[in-house]
Amino acid sequence: MSAKITVTSTEYIQHHLTYLHLNLKNFTLTNGGFWTLNLDTLFFSFVLGVAFLYFFRKVAVRMTSGVPGKLQNFVEVIVEFADSQVKDCFHGRSELIAPLALTIFVWVFLMNFMDLLPVDLLPRIAGMMGIPYLKVVPTNDLNLTFALSLTVFVLIIFYSIKIKGIGGFVKELTLQPFNHWAFIPFNFLLEMVGLIAKPISLSLRLFGNLYAGELIFILIALLPWWIQWPLGWMWAMFHLLIVTLQAFIFMVLTIVYLSLAHEDH
Amino acid sequence: MNINATLFGQMITFILFVWFTMKYVWPPIMKALEERQAKIADGLSAAERGQRELELAQEKVIEQLRAVKQQAAEIVDKANKRATQIIEESKEQAKVEGRRQLELAQEDIQQHITSAKNELRKNVVSLAMTGAERILGREVDKNESAKLIEDLVGEL
Repeated sequence: MSAKITVTSTEYIQHHLTYLHLNLKNFTLTNGGFWTLNLDTLFFSFVLGVAFLYFFRKVAVRMTSGVPGKLQNFVEVIVEFADSQVKDCFHGRSELIAPLALTIFVWVFLMNFMDLLPVDLLPRIAGMMGIPYLKVVPTNDLNLTFALSLTVFVLIIFYSIKIKGIGGFVKELTLQPFNHWAFIPFNFLLEMVGLIAKPISLSLRLFGNLYAGELIFILIALLPWWIQWPLGWMWAMFHLLIVTLQAFIFMVLTIVYLSLAHEDH
Repeated sequence: MNINATLFGQMITFILFVWFTMKYVWPPIMKALEERQAKIADGLSAAERGQRELELAQEKVIEQLRAVKQQAAEIVDKANKRATQIIEESKEQAKVEGRRQLELAQEDIQQHITSAKNELRKNVVSLAMTGAERILGREVDKNESAKLIEDLVGEL
Protein backbone atom coordinates (compact mmCIF):
# COMPACT_ATOMS: atom_id res chain seq x y z
CA MET A 1 0.00 0.00 0.00
CA SER A 2 2.63 2.49 1.08
CA ALA A 3 4.95 1.39 -1.70
CA LYS A 4 2.23 2.04 -4.21
CA ILE A 5 1.64 5.55 -2.86
CA THR A 6 5.36 6.32 -3.00
CA VAL A 7 5.51 5.27 -6.59
CA THR A 8 2.51 7.36 -7.54
CA SER A 9 3.89 10.34 -5.63
CA THR A 10 7.21 10.07 -7.39
CA GLU A 11 5.48 9.67 -10.68
CA TYR A 12 3.27 12.65 -9.92
CA ILE A 13 6.24 14.84 -9.11
CA GLN A 14 8.22 13.64 -12.09
CA HIS A 15 5.27 14.24 -14.33
CA HIS A 16 5.05 17.76 -13.05
CA LEU A 17 8.71 18.39 -13.61
CA THR A 18 8.81 17.17 -17.19
CA TYR A 19 8.65 19.63 -20.04
CA LEU A 20 6.66 19.28 -23.20
CA HIS A 21 9.63 18.45 -25.41
CA LEU A 22 9.85 18.91 -29.14
CA ASN A 23 12.75 17.00 -30.65
CA LEU A 24 14.17 19.17 -33.41
CA LYS A 25 15.85 16.19 -35.08
CA ASN A 26 12.71 14.29 -35.94
CA PHE A 27 9.97 16.69 -34.76
CA THR A 28 8.40 14.35 -32.26
CA LEU A 29 7.45 15.11 -28.67
CA THR A 30 10.50 13.36 -27.24
CA ASN A 31 13.64 14.55 -25.53
CA GLY A 32 16.35 14.80 -28.17
CA GLY A 33 19.24 16.05 -26.06
CA PHE A 34 20.43 19.54 -26.86
CA TRP A 35 18.36 20.04 -30.00
CA THR A 36 15.09 20.04 -28.14
CA LEU A 37 12.58 22.82 -27.60
CA ASN A 38 10.59 23.09 -24.40
CA LEU A 39 7.32 24.00 -26.05
CA ASP A 40 5.53 24.79 -22.79
CA THR A 41 8.18 27.27 -21.66
CA LEU A 42 8.28 28.91 -25.06
CA PHE A 43 4.52 29.04 -25.29
CA PHE A 44 3.77 30.48 -21.85
CA SER A 45 6.63 32.97 -21.87
CA PHE A 46 5.59 34.14 -25.32
CA VAL A 47 1.91 34.45 -24.46
CA LEU A 48 2.66 36.34 -21.24
CA GLY A 49 5.16 38.60 -22.94
CA VAL A 50 2.74 39.38 -25.74
CA ALA A 51 -0.03 40.01 -23.21
CA PHE A 52 2.23 42.41 -21.33
CA LEU A 53 3.31 44.23 -24.49
CA TYR A 54 -0.20 44.35 -25.91
CA PHE A 55 -1.57 45.82 -22.70
CA PHE A 56 1.21 48.38 -22.32
CA ARG A 57 1.15 49.28 -26.00
CA LYS A 58 -2.59 49.80 -25.85
CA VAL A 59 -2.21 52.18 -22.93
CA ALA A 60 0.83 53.87 -24.48
CA VAL A 61 -1.09 54.67 -27.66
CA ARG A 62 -3.91 56.31 -25.75
CA MET A 63 -1.54 58.02 -23.35
CA THR A 64 -2.56 61.52 -22.37
CA SER A 65 -0.56 64.13 -20.54
CA GLY A 66 -3.79 65.39 -19.02
CA VAL A 67 -5.72 63.66 -16.28
CA PRO A 68 -4.92 59.94 -16.59
CA GLY A 69 -7.49 57.19 -16.46
CA LYS A 70 -7.25 54.27 -14.06
CA LEU A 71 -5.57 51.97 -16.56
CA GLN A 72 -3.08 54.63 -17.51
CA ASN A 73 -2.42 55.34 -13.86
CA PHE A 74 -1.66 51.70 -13.28
CA VAL A 75 0.77 51.55 -16.18
CA GLU A 76 2.33 54.85 -15.19
CA VAL A 77 2.99 53.60 -11.68
CA ILE A 78 4.84 50.57 -13.02
CA VAL A 79 6.75 52.56 -15.61
CA GLU A 80 7.75 55.22 -13.11
CA PHE A 81 8.78 52.54 -10.66
CA ALA A 82 11.11 51.01 -13.24
CA ASP A 83 12.30 54.44 -14.30
CA SER A 84 13.10 55.54 -10.75
CA GLN A 85 15.03 52.32 -10.16
CA VAL A 86 17.08 52.99 -13.27
CA LYS A 87 17.65 56.63 -12.31
CA ASP A 88 18.77 55.63 -8.83
CA CYS A 89 21.46 53.25 -10.02
CA PHE A 90 22.37 54.38 -13.47
CA HIS A 91 23.66 57.88 -14.04
CA GLY A 92 24.45 57.87 -17.72
CA ARG A 93 22.00 58.26 -20.57
CA SER A 94 20.74 55.16 -22.26
CA GLU A 95 17.75 54.51 -24.46
CA LEU A 96 17.94 50.81 -23.72
CA ILE A 97 18.34 50.28 -20.01
CA ALA A 98 15.03 51.65 -18.73
CA PRO A 99 12.83 49.78 -21.25
CA LEU A 100 14.95 46.69 -20.60
CA ALA A 101 14.33 47.01 -16.87
CA LEU A 102 10.61 47.48 -17.42
CA THR A 103 10.39 44.47 -19.72
CA ILE A 104 12.32 42.29 -17.29
CA PHE A 105 10.30 43.35 -14.30
CA VAL A 106 6.84 42.91 -15.79
CA TRP A 107 7.61 39.86 -17.88
CA VAL A 108 9.42 38.00 -15.13
CA PHE A 109 6.70 38.94 -12.69
CA LEU A 110 3.99 37.59 -14.98
CA MET A 111 5.90 34.37 -15.59
CA ASN A 112 6.58 33.96 -11.87
CA PHE A 113 2.93 34.63 -11.21
CA MET A 114 1.96 31.53 -13.16
CA ASP A 115 3.31 29.68 -10.15
CA LEU A 116 0.29 30.81 -8.17
CA LEU A 117 -2.15 29.04 -10.46
CA PRO A 118 -3.19 25.70 -9.01
CA VAL A 119 -0.44 23.23 -9.93
CA ASP A 120 -2.76 20.74 -11.53
CA LEU A 121 -5.10 23.12 -13.34
CA LEU A 122 -3.40 23.73 -16.66
CA PRO A 123 -1.60 20.34 -16.93
CA ARG A 124 -4.93 18.57 -16.32
CA ILE A 125 -6.68 20.63 -18.99
CA ALA A 126 -3.78 20.01 -21.35
CA GLY A 127 -3.96 16.33 -20.50
CA MET A 128 -7.59 16.28 -21.53
CA MET A 129 -6.60 17.81 -24.85
CA GLY A 130 -4.01 15.08 -25.35
CA ILE A 131 -0.88 16.97 -24.32
CA PRO A 132 1.11 14.60 -22.12
CA TYR A 133 3.33 17.05 -20.22
CA LEU A 134 2.99 20.71 -19.32
CA LYS A 135 5.16 22.87 -17.14
CA VAL A 136 3.32 26.08 -16.60
CA VAL A 137 5.89 28.36 -14.96
CA PRO A 138 8.44 29.47 -17.56
CA THR A 139 10.83 30.95 -14.99
CA ASN A 140 11.57 27.60 -13.44
CA ASP A 141 13.06 26.51 -16.69
CA LEU A 142 16.83 27.08 -16.64
CA ASN A 143 16.70 27.74 -20.36
CA LEU A 144 14.59 30.80 -19.84
CA THR A 145 16.50 32.24 -16.89
CA PHE A 146 19.77 31.66 -18.70
CA ALA A 147 18.36 33.21 -21.85
CA LEU A 148 17.59 36.35 -19.87
CA SER A 149 20.87 36.46 -17.99
CA LEU A 150 22.98 35.65 -21.06
CA THR A 151 21.32 38.46 -22.97
CA VAL A 152 22.11 40.76 -20.06
CA PHE A 153 25.66 39.34 -20.05
CA VAL A 154 26.07 40.14 -23.74
CA LEU A 155 24.85 43.66 -23.02
CA ILE A 156 27.34 43.98 -20.14
CA ILE A 157 30.21 43.06 -22.43
CA PHE A 158 28.86 45.21 -25.24
CA TYR A 159 28.59 48.30 -23.05
CA SER A 160 31.91 47.65 -21.32
CA ILE A 161 33.63 47.64 -24.68
CA LYS A 162 31.55 50.51 -26.05
CA ILE A 163 32.23 52.82 -23.11
CA LYS A 164 35.78 51.87 -22.20
CA GLY A 165 37.04 50.50 -25.49
CA ILE A 166 38.57 47.07 -25.87
CA GLY A 167 41.77 48.28 -24.25
CA GLY A 168 39.91 49.71 -21.29
CA PHE A 169 37.89 46.56 -20.84
CA VAL A 170 40.99 44.35 -20.98
CA LYS A 171 42.73 46.68 -18.55
CA GLU A 172 39.79 46.45 -16.20
CA LEU A 173 39.98 42.67 -16.35
CA THR A 174 43.72 42.45 -15.84
CA LEU A 175 44.91 45.40 -13.77
CA GLN A 176 42.36 45.17 -10.97
CA PRO A 177 42.35 44.88 -8.04
CA PHE A 178 46.19 44.79 -7.99
CA ASN A 179 47.68 47.27 -10.39
CA HIS A 180 50.96 45.54 -11.13
CA TRP A 181 52.04 43.52 -14.16
CA ALA A 182 53.01 40.54 -12.04
CA PHE A 183 49.44 40.20 -10.83
CA ILE A 184 47.91 40.14 -14.29
CA PRO A 185 47.07 36.41 -14.37
CA PHE A 186 45.73 36.52 -10.85
CA ASN A 187 43.67 39.64 -11.56
CA PHE A 188 42.34 38.15 -14.75
CA LEU A 189 41.24 35.00 -12.96
CA LEU A 190 39.53 37.01 -10.25
CA GLU A 191 37.78 39.38 -12.63
CA MET A 192 36.71 36.56 -14.92
CA VAL A 193 35.13 34.75 -12.02
CA GLY A 194 33.39 37.95 -11.03
CA LEU A 195 32.21 38.58 -14.57
CA ILE A 196 30.91 35.09 -15.22
CA ALA A 197 29.34 34.86 -11.78
CA LYS A 198 27.00 37.68 -12.77
CA PRO A 199 24.86 35.87 -15.36
CA ILE A 200 25.07 32.56 -13.51
CA SER A 201 23.95 33.99 -10.18
CA LEU A 202 21.30 36.06 -11.90
CA SER A 203 19.70 33.10 -13.62
CA LEU A 204 20.20 30.52 -10.88
CA ARG A 205 18.70 32.80 -8.24
CA LEU A 206 15.49 33.22 -10.20
CA PHE A 207 15.39 29.59 -11.22
CA GLY A 208 16.09 28.29 -7.73
CA ASN A 209 13.44 30.40 -6.05
CA LEU A 210 10.73 29.54 -8.55
CA TYR A 211 11.70 25.88 -8.79
CA ALA A 212 11.56 25.52 -5.03
CA GLY A 213 8.25 27.32 -4.92
CA GLU A 214 6.77 25.08 -7.58
CA LEU A 215 8.10 21.98 -5.87
CA ILE A 216 6.53 22.96 -2.56
CA PHE A 217 3.20 23.53 -4.29
CA ILE A 218 3.52 20.04 -5.81
CA LEU A 219 4.34 18.57 -2.40
CA ILE A 220 1.40 20.36 -0.82
CA ALA A 221 -0.78 18.92 -3.56
CA LEU A 222 0.28 15.44 -2.44
CA LEU A 223 -0.99 15.98 1.12
CA PRO A 224 -4.50 15.03 2.26
CA TRP A 225 -7.10 17.44 0.96
CA TRP A 226 -7.97 19.03 4.34
CA ILE A 227 -4.43 20.24 4.98
CA GLN A 228 -3.91 21.38 1.39
CA TRP A 229 -6.06 24.49 1.81
CA PRO A 230 -4.32 26.18 4.75
CA LEU A 231 -0.82 25.16 3.65
CA GLY A 232 -1.48 26.03 0.03
CA TRP A 233 -2.92 29.37 1.06
CA MET A 234 0.00 30.18 3.35
CA TRP A 235 2.59 29.20 0.79
CA ALA A 236 0.77 31.14 -1.91
CA MET A 237 0.79 34.27 0.25
CA PHE A 238 4.47 33.84 0.96
CA HIS A 239 5.19 32.99 -2.62
CA LEU A 240 3.41 36.11 -3.82
CA LEU A 241 6.14 38.02 -2.02
CA ILE A 242 8.87 35.89 -3.59
CA VAL A 243 7.36 36.22 -7.03
CA THR A 244 7.42 40.02 -6.85
CA LEU A 245 10.74 40.15 -5.07
CA GLN A 246 12.50 37.93 -7.59
CA ALA A 247 11.20 39.97 -10.51
CA PHE A 248 12.37 43.10 -8.71
CA ILE A 249 15.79 41.65 -7.88
CA PHE A 250 16.33 40.51 -11.44
CA MET A 251 15.51 44.00 -12.68
CA VAL A 252 17.65 45.83 -10.13
CA LEU A 253 20.67 43.56 -10.63
CA THR A 254 20.40 43.99 -14.39
CA ILE A 255 20.45 47.75 -13.91
CA VAL A 256 23.34 47.54 -11.47
CA TYR A 257 25.42 45.30 -13.73
CA LEU A 258 24.81 47.51 -16.73
CA SER A 259 25.62 50.68 -14.80
CA LEU A 260 28.84 49.04 -13.59
CA ALA A 261 29.63 48.27 -17.20
CA HIS A 262 29.14 51.96 -17.98
CA GLU A 263 31.41 53.15 -15.23
CA ASP A 264 34.86 54.14 -16.26
CA HIS A 265 37.49 53.54 -13.60
CA MET B 1 16.10 20.42 -16.62
CA ASN B 2 18.79 20.30 -19.25
CA ILE B 3 19.97 23.26 -21.20
CA ASN B 4 18.73 22.84 -24.73
CA ALA B 5 17.77 24.82 -27.81
CA THR B 6 14.99 26.53 -25.87
CA LEU B 7 17.73 28.86 -24.66
CA PHE B 8 18.11 30.36 -28.13
CA GLY B 9 14.39 30.64 -28.66
CA GLN B 10 14.02 32.42 -25.35
CA MET B 11 16.89 34.77 -26.09
CA ILE B 12 15.31 35.74 -29.39
CA THR B 13 11.92 36.23 -27.70
CA PHE B 14 13.49 38.30 -24.96
CA ILE B 15 15.39 40.51 -27.37
CA LEU B 16 12.24 41.03 -29.44
CA PHE B 17 10.24 41.96 -26.37
CA VAL B 18 12.88 44.41 -25.17
CA TRP B 19 13.12 45.90 -28.64
CA PHE B 20 9.36 46.31 -28.80
CA THR B 21 9.24 47.95 -25.36
CA MET B 22 12.09 50.25 -26.31
CA LYS B 23 10.53 51.21 -29.60
CA TYR B 24 6.80 51.30 -29.00
CA VAL B 25 5.99 51.23 -25.30
CA TRP B 26 8.55 53.30 -23.45
CA PRO B 27 8.77 56.48 -25.58
CA PRO B 28 5.05 57.40 -25.70
CA ILE B 29 4.62 56.79 -21.99
CA MET B 30 7.71 58.79 -21.10
CA LYS B 31 6.68 61.53 -23.50
CA ALA B 32 3.29 61.84 -21.84
CA LEU B 33 4.87 61.80 -18.38
CA GLU B 34 7.34 64.50 -19.33
CA GLU B 35 4.57 66.56 -20.89
CA ARG B 36 2.57 66.28 -17.72
CA GLN B 37 5.62 67.24 -15.70
CA ALA B 38 6.03 70.34 -17.85
CA LYS B 39 2.33 71.12 -17.51
CA ILE B 40 2.46 70.82 -13.75
CA ALA B 41 5.57 72.97 -13.61
CA ASP B 42 3.84 75.57 -15.78
CA GLY B 43 0.76 75.42 -13.61
CA LEU B 44 2.80 75.84 -10.46
CA SER B 45 4.72 78.79 -11.82
CA ALA B 46 1.46 80.34 -13.04
CA ALA B 47 -0.04 79.88 -9.61
CA GLU B 48 2.99 81.50 -8.06
CA ARG B 49 2.77 84.37 -10.50
CA GLY B 50 -0.92 84.73 -9.71
CA GLN B 51 -0.13 84.77 -6.02
CA ARG B 52 2.45 87.48 -6.49
CA GLU B 53 0.07 89.51 -8.60
CA LEU B 54 -2.61 89.09 -5.98
CA GLU B 55 -0.26 90.35 -3.29
CA LEU B 56 0.67 93.29 -5.47
CA ALA B 57 -2.97 94.09 -6.11
CA GLN B 58 -3.73 93.84 -2.41
CA GLU B 59 -0.92 96.22 -1.62
CA LYS B 60 -2.21 98.61 -4.24
CA VAL B 61 -5.71 98.34 -2.87
CA ILE B 62 -4.50 99.08 0.64
CA GLU B 63 -2.57 102.07 -0.62
CA GLN B 64 -5.52 103.38 -2.57
CA LEU B 65 -7.76 102.82 0.40
CA ARG B 66 -5.43 104.84 2.55
CA ALA B 67 -5.38 107.65 -0.01
CA VAL B 68 -9.14 107.59 -0.28
CA LYS B 69 -9.52 107.67 3.49
CA GLN B 70 -7.19 110.65 3.67
CA GLN B 71 -9.15 112.38 0.95
CA ALA B 72 -12.38 111.66 2.72
CA ALA B 73 -10.98 113.02 5.97
CA GLU B 74 -9.90 116.16 4.16
CA ILE B 75 -13.32 116.56 2.63
CA VAL B 76 -15.02 116.09 5.98
CA ASP B 77 -12.62 118.57 7.53
CA LYS B 78 -13.35 121.10 4.83
CA ALA B 79 -17.07 120.54 5.17
CA ASN B 80 -16.82 121.03 8.92
CA LYS B 81 -14.94 124.27 8.45
CA ARG B 82 -17.44 125.42 5.88
CA ALA B 83 -20.29 124.54 8.18
CA THR B 84 -18.81 126.58 11.03
CA GLN B 85 -18.21 129.39 8.65
CA ILE B 86 -21.80 129.25 7.45
CA ILE B 87 -23.03 129.17 11.03
CA GLU B 88 -20.89 132.17 11.90
CA GLU B 89 -22.15 134.01 8.85
CA SER B 90 -25.73 133.15 9.72
CA LYS B 91 -25.18 134.34 13.27
CA GLU B 92 -23.73 137.53 11.95
CA GLN B 93 -26.64 137.98 9.53
CA ALA B 94 -29.11 137.20 12.28
CA LYS B 95 -27.51 139.82 14.51
CA VAL B 96 -27.66 142.42 11.71
CA GLU B 97 -31.22 141.47 10.91
CA GLY B 98 -32.14 141.62 14.58
CA ARG B 99 -30.64 145.04 14.91
CA ARG B 100 -32.49 146.22 11.82
CA GLN B 101 -35.73 144.81 13.12
CA LEU B 102 -35.07 146.49 16.42
CA GLU B 103 -34.47 149.78 14.71
CA LEU B 104 -37.64 149.41 12.69
CA ALA B 105 -39.58 148.61 15.82
CA GLN B 106 -38.05 151.57 17.62
CA GLU B 107 -38.95 153.82 14.70
CA ASP B 108 -42.41 152.42 14.74
CA ILE B 109 -42.66 153.04 18.45
CA GLN B 110 -41.34 156.54 18.02
CA GLN B 111 -43.93 157.15 15.35
CA HIS B 112 -46.64 155.83 17.60
CA ILE B 113 -45.41 158.03 20.40
CA THR B 114 -45.42 161.07 18.14
CA SER B 115 -48.90 160.38 16.85
CA ALA B 116 -50.11 159.72 20.39
CA LYS B 117 -48.61 163.00 21.55
CA ASN B 118 -50.35 164.85 18.70
CA GLU B 119 -53.61 163.15 19.56
CA LEU B 120 -53.08 163.96 23.18
CA ARG B 121 -52.35 167.57 22.33
CA LYS B 122 -55.52 167.83 20.31
CA ASN B 123 -57.50 166.24 23.10
CA VAL B 124 -55.89 168.48 25.67
CA VAL B 125 -56.89 171.55 23.58
CA SER B 126 -60.49 170.50 23.31
CA LEU B 127 -60.51 169.45 26.95
CA ALA B 128 -59.11 172.79 28.00
CA MET B 129 -61.62 174.62 25.82
CA THR B 130 -64.43 172.69 27.37
CA GLY B 131 -63.05 173.21 30.85
CA ALA B 132 -62.66 176.95 30.23
CA GLU B 133 -66.18 177.24 28.83
CA ARG B 134 -67.51 175.55 31.91
CA ILE B 135 -65.51 177.82 34.13
CA LEU B 136 -66.42 181.00 32.32
CA GLY B 137 -69.95 179.91 31.72
CA ARG B 138 -70.03 181.17 28.31
CA GLU B 139 -68.96 180.46 24.92
CA VAL B 140 -65.44 181.18 24.27
CA ASP B 141 -64.60 182.45 20.91
CA LYS B 142 -63.39 179.41 19.56
CA ASN B 143 -61.14 180.79 17.03
CA GLU B 144 -59.44 183.20 19.34
CA SER B 145 -58.98 180.97 22.27
CA ALA B 146 -58.21 178.02 20.14
CA LYS B 147 -55.20 179.84 18.95
CA LEU B 148 -54.27 180.72 22.45
CA ILE B 149 -54.61 177.22 23.73
CA GLU B 150 -52.81 175.82 20.85
CA ASP B 151 -49.93 178.00 21.73
CA LEU B 152 -50.16 176.76 25.26
CA VAL B 153 -50.28 173.20 24.22
CA GLY B 154 -47.39 173.78 21.98
CA GLU B 155 -45.47 174.74 25.02
CA LEU B 156 -46.23 171.43 26.62
